[in-house]
Amino acid sequence: MTTETTAAPDTEQLLYMFRTMVTIREFEEAAGRLAEQAKIPGAVHLYAGEEAVAVGVCAHLRETDTIASTHRGHGHCIAKGGDVKAMFAELFGRAPGYCGGKGGSMHIADLDIGILGANGIVGGGPPITVGAAFAAQYRGSDGVSVCFSGDGSTNEGTWHEALNFAAVMKLPAVFVIENNHYGEFTAQEKQGAVTQLSKRAAAYGIPGVTVDGQNVFEVYRAAGDAIDRARRGDGPSIVEADTYRYYNHTGRSEGDPRSEQERARWRERDPIAILAAVLEQQSILSGEGAERVTEEVRATVEEAIAFADAAPYPDPSVLLDDVYTVTGGAR
Amino acid sequence: MTTATPEAATAGRTITYREAINEALKEEMRRDDSVFVAGIDLAERGDVFGVTAGILSEFGPRRILDTPISENAIAGLATGAASQGLRPVVSMMFIDFIGVAFDGIMNQMAKMKYMFGGKATLPITVLANSGAGTGMAAQHSQSLEALLCHIPGIKVVMPSNAADAKGLMTSAMREDNPVFVIMHKRCQRLRGVVPEGEYTVPIGKAAVVREGRDLTIVASAYMVQETMAAADRLAEQGVEVEVVDPRSLQPLDTETIVASVEKTHRLLTVHEAVEFAGMGAEINAQVADLAFDYLDAPPRRLGGPFSPVPYSPPLEQEWLINADDIVEAALKTVNG
Repeated sequence: MTTETTAAPDTEQLLYMFRTMVTIREFEEAAGRLAEQAKIPGAVHLYAGEEAVAVGVCAHLRETDTIASTHRGHGHCIAKGGDVKAMFAELFGRAPGYCGGKGGSMHIADLDIGILGANGIVGGGPPITVGAAFAAQYRGSDGVSVCFSGDGSTNEGTWHEALNFAAVMKLPAVFVIENNHYGEFTAQEKQGAVTQLSKRAAAYGIPGVTVDGQNVFEVYRAAGDAIDRARRGDGPSIVEADTYRYYNHTGRSEGDPRSEQERARWRERDPIAILAAVLEQQSILSGEGAERVTEEVRATVEEAIAFADAAPYPDPSVLLDDVYTVTGGAR
Repeated sequence: MTTATPEAATAGRTITYREAINEALKEEMRRDDSVFVAGIDLAERGDVFGVTAGILSEFGPRRILDTPISENAIAGLATGAASQGLRPVVSMMFIDFIGVAFDGIMNQMAKMKYMFGGKATLPITVLANSGAGTGMAAQHSQSLEALLCHIPGIKVVMPSNAADAKGLMTSAMREDNPVFVIMHKRCQRLRGVVPEGEYTVPIGKAAVVREGRDLTIVASAYMVQETMAAADRLAEQGVEVEVVDPRSLQPLDTETIVASVEKTHRLLTVHEAVEFAGMGAEINAQVADLAFDYLDAPPRRLGGPFSPVPYSPPLEQEWLINADDIVEAALKTVNG
């Protein structure tokens, strides 16, 4: 089905992917803790457990490529090159945050590096991906737009509209389904008539593949094939990553409907541990080396938190700024 | 009809409202390669009302696309492409169909700039046909401008005549924000004097389309036609009506409306949309706030009955606001 054009990642890429996955994990553990301490207002939807998906996909993307993300978007943002200081500042609602404190966790965006935003609406991202992919096609560039969305989003009309639209227009897009098996608190199989979501590709006449989302090598290969295909002008495809979130729908709170056994079983297949084992086996990074990376990342995350905590809140005078672009009118 | 803007009246050439939209589109597409047009049956068919006729043959399939019947994807196409620097013009065909696209409009297009801290610029024009009176029944006849005006982040214009159609359409395409250009079905065939070449009407600027001293009537879109007819009849009865066409509802040119009320001391707002929570309520409230001392009578409003638009011709005629209704409401406002 795919042409399997993707070469295995080299040492430098492997080390980059490891560090990035650890960054996401440390970021999310800290964000969960800070939310519990009420340092972060509102809700945080944690990506811990799913790191291999964002990283395995974004490892193929250029700064000019674009991604649309979800309410569980911190991992995508970090994998696409987002700055953890600006991210934490945004979570804290502070002025130097990505959105000047106006967006928060669910709306972090950085258009300069192709991040079209996390999205508070399930299924909000797929139509926007259509537009960004169209812009690349319109300009005759080989840019690609990747849509991350969860299993829940595949039951939204927007998802179907976007998939069909992208397929019929042969847009340079990749639709990554992060199937973590729960839409909010309800199991996927209770919400969807099809459980292997890549099968839905048949409805749009495009390739679809399901991979082990805990194994970054599998994600990397499948995403690479799909992104190459889009870049070549051969149209969109679906990559379904079978994955799991370690925490509840929001934050790390109690009341998780998933069984202890189920959660423990998934923890045994931790994406960072799986990658670390390969790196050690191939003598790319020792256990001690991995620990050192984790310590460095922790220090970076702590520094970002301290920055955010000390940063000023937005001035009330900016309340009505940026509802509209005021430079409009006669160009 | 006497609704052409005064500055257009000198130019001489007359075309229809829909031709005026078409002309604006073509002129802007020639001027700027980042402008593209997308929607249902726009390219091959030239749109249900003909506003995109001839664009495919002049500009080719890269610049104008026939899309799937997927309004939410069309809204997303506009938002995503605009975020990457293109200047999409997309059509919802009938404004009723924004129901399908509403997440894309309300939660994505309208909010992206603000919730991203100002970093997105979204130059989007959305075309949509509104209004009853054509036997199209409840899901093809609504006037939903107030719904859109209630959402921060989008602008709304409603041209009532051919010259304004061209001028507002051109301004919408040059605006760095999402702008809904709401065309009234019964305006599409109206003919008027329209300047050739570059012509813009500023968004947010009302027009005083008839001067008078006794009563200000604020009316939009096709209701301007009915109001002008009513004003002629009222003049015969000695009531001189000043007619203000806001042209742009978001932003609203409150200043021009208030200035007129300060002159006439009476206000009637007229729209085809249902009266409850319509634009008339907003305009009257603003005038009450800003010009209460000038008012000699309570501001009145006249809008559609609170029901879906019925199909059967006599029922639809009963539902619609016409010149008779406006004369009656005007006399009540003037005579108390």
